[in-house]
Amino acid sequence: MTLNDVKEILEAEVVAGKDDLMMEIKMGCGCDLMSDVLAFTKAESLLLTGLTNPQVVRTAEMTDVVAICFTRGKKPDEDTVRLAKSRGLPLLITQLPMFESCGRLYKSGLVGCSEYER
Amino acid sequence: MNDDTNKVTQLVEGREITRVHELQYELKIADVMTTDVITISATDSMKQLRELLRSKRISGTPVVKNRKIVGIVSIEDLIKCLANREENASIGEKMTKTVATIYDDEPLVNAVVKLNEYGIGRLPVIERGRSELVGILTKEDIIKGLLKKLEIDYQIREVRPDQEGTLFNNTLDAKMRVQFKYDIPSRDISRAGESASVLKKTLKRLGFHPQIVRRAAIIAYESEINIVLYSHGGQISAQIQPNYIKIKASDTGPGIADVEQAKKPGFSTAPEWVRELGFGAGMGIPNIMKCADKMTLKSEVGIGTVVDTIINVDSGPN
Repeated sequence: MTLNDVKEILEAEVVAGKDDLMMEIKMGCGCDLMSDVLAFTKAESLLLTGLTNPQVVRTAEMTDVVAICFTRGKKPDEDTVRLAKSRGLPLLITQLPMFESCGRLYKSGLVGCSEYER
Repeated sequence: MNDDTNKVTQLVEGREITRVHELQYELKIADVMTTDVITISATDSMKQLRELLRSKRISGTPVVKNRKIVGIVSIEDLIKCLANREENASIGEKMTKTVATIYDDEPLVNAVVKLNEYGIGRLPVIERGRSELVGILTKEDIIKGLLKKLEIDYQIREVRPDQEGTLFNNTLDAKMRVQFKYDIPSRDISRAGESASVLKKTLKRLGFHPQIVRRAAIIAYESEINIVLYSHGGQISAQIQPNYIKIKASDTGPGIADVEQAKKPGFSTAPEWVRELGFGAGMGIPNIMKCADKMTLKSEVGIGTVVDTIINVDSGPN
């Protein structure tokens, strides 16, 4: 699945990384707890989250998460967008709630971090 | 060493050493020297030298007359004088009169050679033509200059344009041992992750395997978050070798009352504001343990906490 597929499926708006929509997304992770993202996500995941502070971008950076989608229409603040842009990390916003976002992506074939096998 | 380790070593040597060597030819003395030189006059006394060395925290200084260098005097000369009770002797009597100097337009490599050859700590820099003292060069200046050119500073600037270089202190020697040090202020969550970010980039640039880089980044980031959220401030340092990475996180208190409890997943003392940021779930220390091959945590209430971790480069993903 590409990031563009994610955008279509979630009817999402792109706030950073418009040129990176063809990147491949291998798995997904839906999480509001950054501690868990740090502990359990794998590299090359898409992170879906309701948190919008810059630490979300930092967490993604450290764990090699390749893109972030904010759920339920949450808008990231300027610092968050700036940091994401400086790291080349695409940011999306979907109006869908977390559960439905995850559900749609999973139904379309995107696997979770614990299922993904190289 | 297995194949992977060898690969890393080769990468490090092949890429970085050559670049460092190249830079020694590219950079000129004037690019890296300290221009704000502290000097002393030949008519001053050794007593005055003692005060100068102490107050400026230096170990030696050029002796100057009319902006021209006439000698050099170091802490060793001072010690000799003190031993012989000659504190009132003039600098002129006790200084070394034949001074190794270097011109400001010479390549850096000439300074490296001279410092090694003469076994000295500093080289006064002379402006070609006017023969005046325009700067001084120490090994520290050379290392700083090289690193600056290697754009490690540049990464800092990217993160924090207004504090360029003030928090960051990297040194690099010929054996490719990279040391990394970063001060972490307390409570400033907006900056948490800077040290981890720089460490991650450095490791990536040095050619470490992405999984090793990721593990080190997570350890540094979790440590940083802990220092920012729970301590009075502290420091993250890392020692990078081709076959292992050591990360040390230390803070100046308040310390952890029950260390065993802190290691248990889910144990947390985090206040609400920390939880709102997505942290404070009691996973920090357990996650550091998971990413490290070895972790030791020492803490004393009222003193501080030190977390030492080691990643063996040939140990794979987790």
